[in-house]
Amino acid sequence: MKSSQSKERFLSAFERFQKGFAASPDWLRDLRRAGIACFDELGFPTTRDEEWRFTNVEPIVSTSFESANGAGKILRPEDLYSRSFIDSAYNRIVFVNGIFCPEHSSVRGLPSNVRVENLSAALTTDDGVIEPYLSRDTRYRQEAFVALNTAFTEEGAFVLVPRGVVVTEPIYLVFASYGNGFPVMSHPRNLVICEAGSQARIVESYVGFGEQPYLTNVVTKVVGEEGAIIDYYRVQREASKGYHVGALSARMSRNCSFTAHSVTLSGSLIRNDIHALLDGEGATCVLNGLYLLDGKQHVDNHTEIDHAKPRATSQELYKGILSGTSHAVFNGKILVQKDAQKSDARQTNKNLLLSENAVVNTKPQLEIHADDVKCSHGSTIGQLDTDALFYLRSRGLDAADAQSLLSYAFASDLVGRMRIAPLRARLDDYLLTSFRRSQS
Amino acid sequence: MDSFREGISMLQIKNLRAKIGGQEILRGIDLSIRAGEVHAIMGPNGSGKSTLAHVLSGRESYEVTGGEILYEGKNLLAMTPEERAREGMFLAFQYPVEIPGVSTTYFLKAALNAVRKHRGLEELDAMEFLSLIKERMKLVEMEQSLLNRPLNEGFSGGEKKRNEILQMAVLNPKLAVLDETDSGLDIDALRIVAGGVNALRQKDRAMIVITHYQRLLNYIVPDFIHVLYDGRIVKSGSKELALELEVKGYDWIKDEVAAVQ
Ligand SMILES: Nc1ncnc2c1ncn2[C@@H]1O[C@H](COP(=O)(O)OP(=O)(O)OP(=O)(O)O)[C@@H](O)[C@H]1O
Ligand SMILES: [Mg+2]
Repeated sequence: MKSSQSKERFLSAFERFQKGFAASPDWLRDLRRAGIACFDELGFPTTRDEEWRFTNVEPIVSTSFESANGAGKILRPEDLYSRSFIDSAYNRIVFVNGIFCPEHSSVRGLPSNVRVENLSAALTTDDGVIEPYLSRDTRYRQEAFVALNTAFTEEGAFVLVPRGVVVTEPIYLVFASYGNGFPVMSHPRNLVICEAGSQARIVESYVGFGEQPYLTNVVTKVVGEEGAIIDYYRVQREASKGYHVGALSARMSRNCSFTAHSVTLSGSLIRNDIHALLDGEGATCVLNGLYLLDGKQHVDNHTEIDHAKPRATSQELYKGILSGTSHAVFNGKILVQKDAQKSDARQTNKNLLLSENAVVNTKPQLEIHADDVKCSHGSTIGQLDTDALFYLRSRGLDAADAQSLLSYAFASDLVGRMRIAPLRARLDDYLLTSFRRSQS
Repeated sequence: MDSFREGISMLQIKNLRAKIGGQEILRGIDLSIRAGEVHAIMGPNGSGKSTLAHVLSGRESYEVTGGEILYEGKNLLAMTPEERAREGMFLAFQYPVEIPGVSTTYFLKAALNAVRKHRGLEELDAMEFLSLIKERMKLVEMEQSLLNRPLNEGFSGGEKKRNEILQMAVLNPKLAVLDETDSGLDIDALRIVAGGVNALRQKDRAMIVITHYQRLLNYIVPDFIHVLYDGRIVKSGSKELALELEVKGYDWIKDEVAAVQ
């Protein structure tokens, strides 16, 4: 009952959104309509869906979200910068409540042939570059949130790194949200294309402000052509009532290397889907993930690594630290297709429980159709080492500090793998202080 | 024990009993230590030496079932491990714990500042700390590169023990318990570690040195030697006792104990 009412709300929001379609190309209008039709048919997932067994989206379903109308309250740059770990010198494209904010954005430090634009602007001048990527992305037929995002596709980051171009400075894609008198929803659509032999570092940063609920429902597509090297970061620092559903799909061609670091620091209900398709021989994919939960937070990471071609390598390490009555879900699927001989896939999920009332559901899923492959997976759920705690306390650290230091230590190797030094340093600081805070 | 002596004891252990895993390991220990003294504790494997060291430093997995411990006149057993450390107790572990992800410097600075704060001293900043630690490292001839590595992780046995003594030198305790700090060391390392410990001998600091070997006591000459056997101190004496034990082993003591019972 409730669910269908909520569906109606999104359908009527789409009706209103549709009135502003005039400027959009035909194919996009058709795509959006296909998206809303699929959403209508699929409805919101429930815990009866295998892929959503442990994640109840009821809080999203029962909230009346509206798209933001215009810029609204202006965010102070200092607040935006400090919360998203950036500063004014960084190359960044900023969206507030899903709407592009030119006054906060600056990409002057990039080579001139690298494109970093608002997707909606790129679409109006599009010479056929974007269309095939959006049209051929058919996940909306199975996934309700992707369908919803497809229906509302308008703004988001479009990044194009041309053939052979090496971008050394990180590119930040910042998505800030805050309830603007009513619960705001946004459906950012990002498209990142790294052409053959190019190289880039991209940081998606999600930050939330205020006490009101909001929904960020983002879909990102990353395309790595032959030999591209992509270092991808996603940092989620959503507000206490922030709901975030994100679907990242990456396709790697031959010898492409894609490394993703996903860090979830805060938010109320978070669901991250990553689909990595190793679509060329010798492609490499590294998925690193870190999630910190306390209070009643819920974070669900679903990853799927699809070995479609031979001799590709994937390595996945996700680590979680949970306190309070929080709940984390990790579902890591590795699919090795029939012809993907000599695939090498490793997956590890480690969880540290700081409270007896926190819950982790972790599940590896291997589906292997080739015979000459190396595949391994493992998961652990543990508590802090009492010997280590005592050692630290015997030197004068109080119990809370000893615990926070060991929690930090648990997470630190993942932070250490990040290649952007300033981001690494800020995360380090954040972790040390936040563990201390969560004790007091 | 006369009241004069009691008055100036730094540590007084009275009829201490303790259990672990349902088994009574310490079965009535009495020991009194004054500032400036070095007491060696020897005894066969499993006799309860490390248990005593851990009970002194407040390890919660040991259950104290009887007796009391006074440290500078205060009830030690009512204090948490960190309170004991801040009040000047230090345990050099027989098996120092490896802590991946925490650098030795970071850890030691946090520990030192916790202790200093408790003692009403200014916390040291990074520069001040670095110069202190550099100076203290000379004492144990430790490589500076170890400081940036995760605490004890992948350290050799000797490096771990040196690191324990370095920590002691930095934290400046009043009462140090060294649990087999000499085990697993080669000849040079033994000399260096023992030299470091000796340099830290002061008239206002007491030490309990747990060891199996006379050779350590050649370097760190104790004022008293106690033999712990089956959870009790069954014999105490001067430094000559160690020589006797080295030659004769523990059987004669076991026999003596058996004869009394
Ligand atoms: N967790 C435990 N559960 C049960 N028994 C234990 C536990 N820990 C120690 N013990 C027992 O307590 C006894 C005393 O151990 P302790 O480590 O104090 O001996 P020790 O004198 O230090 O020996 P060593 O010379 O080998 O270091 C041993 O018999 C040991 O097996
Ligand atoms: Mg021992």
